[in-house]
Amino acid sequence: MILWFTYVQVAIAVAAGLFCFIAGLAGRRPSDWTVGSLALVELLLIVQIVVAIVAPLTGNPPTGSLLEFWVYLVSAALLPPAAVVWALLERSRWSTVIMGVAALAIAVMLWRMHIIWTVQVA
Amino acid sequence: MTGVGRVLVIVYAIMALAATGRSFVQIVEKFDEAPLAYTLSALSAVVYIVATLALVFAGSRRWYRVAWIAIGFELLGVLVIGTLSIAFPELFQHPTVWSLFGYGYVFIPLVLPFFGLWWLVKHPPVDERELTDAAPAAVTS
Repeated sequence: MILWFTYVQVAIAVAAGLFCFIAGLAGRRPSDWTVGSLALVELLLIVQIVVAIVAPLTGNPPTGSLLEFWVYLVSAALLPPAAVVWALLERSRWSTVIMGVAALAIAVMLWRMHIIWTVQVA
Repeated sequence: MTGVGRVLVIVYAIMALAATGRSFVQIVEKFDEAPLAYTLSALSAVVYIVATLALVFAGSRRWYRVAWIAIGFELLGVLVIGTLSIAFPELFQHPTVWSLFGYGYVFIPLVLPFFGLWWLVKHPPVDERELTDAAPAAVTS
């Protein structure tokens, strides 16, 4: 994990999460903006996967359990598409809220991943 | 499954994902360190998975019953494990999702079963046979 990139991802995931959550509670149905924000979170997670593969090869290995890290990362990367599919089975305000919940969960997972990579000892 | 219940499902699904992932890593890496705690961890993951599925299909009587059992077990689990982890911390050196009443998960494990049970009470399953006895009404989804 790269600290500044983690900050960027967490910030975007929290922003997307709050945006969708609040927009949903305010009655907004899913839109290009709300679904798009989750697509952005997913894109960053895919970049994160690449970073996590390359980083140990460039002198940035994890201190913590590699298995635990990858279980988090793969789970996180599967979540936006799964949440969007589940959300869009309907087109209601709750669909938007669902996407917000998923993005907020990803923010938490990203932070956990960073701790596993940089602080935790295997 | 419509409306706010679908938000409940995604939260349950995320808890199922988190508990399963965590339990999987614990069992693969260090099961012999705390077999009881990690078995409990695996059990909680199963409970969350079952609860998620049961909520999705809770329109059917059978799944509705399963949901009650799973969420009831979940509530019991978080209250009992939460209490034990405080009263006997030395038994719970190895964290589970229900340790300290779900402190590690922002207490979502503590609050979630109440929402689950509330939803089940408010949304009893539609019994096909009762539908035909009553005056013909629009079929509910």
